[in-house]
Amino acid sequence: MERLLEINNLKTSFFTHVGEVQAVGGVSFYLNKGEALGIVGESGSGKSVTMMSLMRLLTDTGKIVDGEILFQGKDLVKASEKEMETIRGNEIGMIFQDPLTSLNPVFTVGNQIMEPLIKHRGLNKKEAFNRSVQMLSLVGIPSPEKRMIQYPHEFSGGMRQRAMIAMALCCDPKLLIADEPTTALDVTIQAQILELMKDIKQKLNTSIILITHDLGVVADVCARINVMYGGLIAETGSTKDLFYNPRHPYTWGLLNSIPNHKSEVREKLKPIEGQPPDLLKPPVGCPFAPRCDYAMKICEQQRPPLFQIAPEHNAACWLNHPNAPKTKAPVGRGRI
Amino acid sequence: MLSFIVKRIFSTVITIFVVITITFFLMRLMPGGPFSSEKKQTAQALENLNIKYGLDKPVFVQYTLYLKRLSHGDLGPSMQYEGRTVNSIIAYSLPVSARLGVISMIFAMLVGVYMGIVAALNQGKWQDKLCMLIATVGITVPSFVIATLLIYVFAVKLHIFNAIGLSSPKDYILPAIALGGSAMAFVARLGRSALLDVVRQDYIRVARAKGLSKNVVIYKHALRNSLIPIVTYIGPLLAGVLTGSFVIEGLFGIPGMGREFIASIGNRDYTVLLGFVVLDATFLIVANLLVDILYAVIDPRIKIEA
Amino acid sequence: MEINTELFEKIPKDEKKLNEIVRPSETYFQDAWRRLKQNKLAMGGLVFVIFITIAAIVGPMLSHYNYYSQNFRISNQGPSAAHWLGTDKFGRDQFVRILYGARISLSIAYIASLLNLVIGILYGSIAGYAGGNVDNIMMRIVDVIWSVPSMIYVILLMVILNKPDHPASDGGMSSIILAMAISFWVVMARIVRSQIMALKEQEFVLAAKISGASSMRIILKHLIPNSMGPIIVTMTMSVPSAIFTEAFLSFIGLGISAPQASWGSLASEALDGYQLYPLQLFFPAMAICLTILAFNFLGDGLRDALDPKMRK
Repeated sequence: MERLLEINNLKTSFFTHVGEVQAVGGVSFYLNKGEALGIVGESGSGKSVTMMSLMRLLTDTGKIVDGEILFQGKDLVKASEKEMETIRGNEIGMIFQDPLTSLNPVFTVGNQIMEPLIKHRGLNKKEAFNRSVQMLSLVGIPSPEKRMIQYPHEFSGGMRQRAMIAMALCCDPKLLIADEPTTALDVTIQAQILELMKDIKQKLNTSIILITHDLGVVADVCARINVMYGGLIAETGSTKDLFYNPRHPYTWGLLNSIPNHKSEVREKLKPIEGQPPDLLKPPVGCPFAPRCDYAMKICEQQRPPLFQIAPEHNAACWLNHPNAPKTKAPVGRGRI
Repeated sequence: MLSFIVKRIFSTVITIFVVITITFFLMRLMPGGPFSSEKKQTAQALENLNIKYGLDKPVFVQYTLYLKRLSHGDLGPSMQYEGRTVNSIIAYSLPVSARLGVISMIFAMLVGVYMGIVAALNQGKWQDKLCMLIATVGITVPSFVIATLLIYVFAVKLHIFNAIGLSSPKDYILPAIALGGSAMAFVARLGRSALLDVVRQDYIRVARAKGLSKNVVIYKHALRNSLIPIVTYIGPLLAGVLTGSFVIEGLFGIPGMGREFIASIGNRDYTVLLGFVVLDATFLIVANLLVDILYAVIDPRIKIEA
Repeated sequence: MEINTELFEKIPKDEKKLNEIVRPSETYFQDAWRRLKQNKLAMGGLVFVIFITIAAIVGPMLSHYNYYSQNFRISNQGPSAAHWLGTDKFGRDQFVRILYGARISLSIAYIASLLNLVIGILYGSIAGYAGGNVDNIMMRIVDVIWSVPSMIYVILLMVILNKPDHPASDGGMSSIILAMAISFWVVMARIVRSQIMALKEQEFVLAAKISGASSMRIILKHLIPNSMGPIIVTMTMSVPSAIFTEAFLSFIGLGISAPQASWGSLASEALDGYQLYPLQLFFPAMAICLTILAFNFLGDGLRDALDPKMRK
């Protein structure tokens, strides 16, 4: 399979008046064509910042400090703003968390979907209108022609998110980035949106990066998963690898905190104690050490490298070092 | 949309009516009639005058008479100037004030919005600080102080402009700046903070993620949303220009409505005062109505909520 | 990779340290005060306001001049050691007159603002809390008052209240305060009303109602304190507006009458001869501008500091 995207040692920091916050401290991964990758982590783990770095849409104080982002062979870190403008919305589409605030309230939905078509594909108004109508039906919005001239506040939450997806896909991008697309929606709508995304991946062969804090969501849609913590990748592997043989205590924690609806005995929910690390003063060792039940002396002193567990399955944890005590994952197999 | 307009027009009419009534009765409370101060009148002459102007009738009768005349658009005779009607005073003074007022407004809006955009886009940099400094001066220094300063510097010392009168188009510049100065400052600050708020919104991020250029994002997506608070400010802005005109016209020797208003206060010229207040109030209330409609046009969310 | 085996010894998790909150918690006002302190302009404004208020109260007592004695021999002098800011056309000491002017202008502004505050809060909280028809009617009334520029009302009221033939003993101060109080409370009322309407739907109000609190108690104890942010800001901003109004009125001849002096009337008196003696206009104008500026900076700073959205 060809690699659509390859990120090598990306480091992004925010230079605030209190100092440099290292939001992403050295992240590497890749994405193949037609593949769906999930990025999982809590708030502050660096997952969104990684994507904003990819799109070069960091806010004023943010800056990519190191690393390369190879998209179809081209390093986006070095690309000019003009070049990025031809890529955004065209080669890479992105949808965001809150459909309520993601659409401009003073323009019609149709107008907003037509914009990238007119800009990137050079379509005239009529052609753009028709294509937009097509897209709206593709994402499952009924009576699309009527909907085109309506305003965002006349759409329901789920429909808005569908419209967003239509807007992101209308120029047939190679990559769709979905940043917490279902977090703000009802569970039933969530399921519909995820089905839609799987559908699109199949029909259009679009690669997808799905960011979420919900492992359940990711298991359904993605073939591979990155787990991020403290601005670094904690574990990466196929969905099967991660659910059946996770090798990082944070992943264990995540898996354990999913309520088990299959269990017949009443179990207590097991949260992960503690707070995420302060990235203003990043810890020297493993960022998860303070909260880790299995932390060892070396964990506080040195940052663990990615140890290979299996081909395509790596975990950044000292427990995977040959010298470390053998530890069994405290999770039931195949929890989902 | 239509019912919204109709409802607003209805409340507008009621408001104007209430204003007229209040002002009318306030007028009657003013100490001294128009004829009490000046010349020494004999009691008989005074009584004749009072009869002539209907001041001897009970207040309510006067009120109904006034309303009747008003419905014909007749604002009555001036009490101070023999043979002149309020309508005629308005006829010659209104165009003067209106011209100056419109120029000041346009100045205030255009310059203000531009400054606001420049400041917001260069937040923290020298352009921002400069624009905000000018805006702060515009807000804190009262218009009559600005006017006096301008006259002193540009007319008296530097002789670039005329201090008095409106004989040439150039003469509009100083009064327009003095009159529109504080409005421009408000618009600049409003525009800046509105734009800064808008630029932080998700839909702006989304617009950029679609690959739209920075210019398009600012001038199409951001600006229209930022204009909303500015449009809501137009009402008070007009009010400010109106009241500011009283002093500015006096200082610059401009023969407009403001000057006549001040004069009629001193003269206790009831009808003129009343006429002016009615006119001003009507103008402002109608302007507010138009602004509300404009607001609904710019922001489609409003239509439904009305 | 060769690593010393003992490094792989397990260490116990420090439970207490885990849940340690990184930064100490603060109350709303502590947080706001801290942020206000960081804002240099706002602090400058605060310092100036305090300074000018104290100067107004204490200043005239310290000078041996008063504001009304006329002495034509020393009229229209510039600044000197004897008269720091010079003298006016009647030979009165400018410095003292500006301080007296401060007394009058500031008193008017403070009292009028306070009255606006009280009326506005009462009106706004009743309208906001009651809602429904009561609110509708009250707001219609507000709309009527709002649609005509307050200045016109103030002017009309001043004309009625002022009897030019018998000047009031306080120079018309009470008339001005009354006129301003009647006209400007509208702004505060609207702000309080919108705050209350937003807050009354929140759960703590429901909790209070369930525990049997009366409406009055709810308004006074819960709703108003929680609206203090915008209330404080509005009040701070209404002071410069009052100063401006007073100056404006005096300028068109409706304000404080001689020999009492307010900044506005000082400016107005100086207007005739200002081309010859510009300083006589300059000093009161500066006093007005600096004070308005100080209050504006303070108000801006307070608005930023009290805005809960900016709480870190």
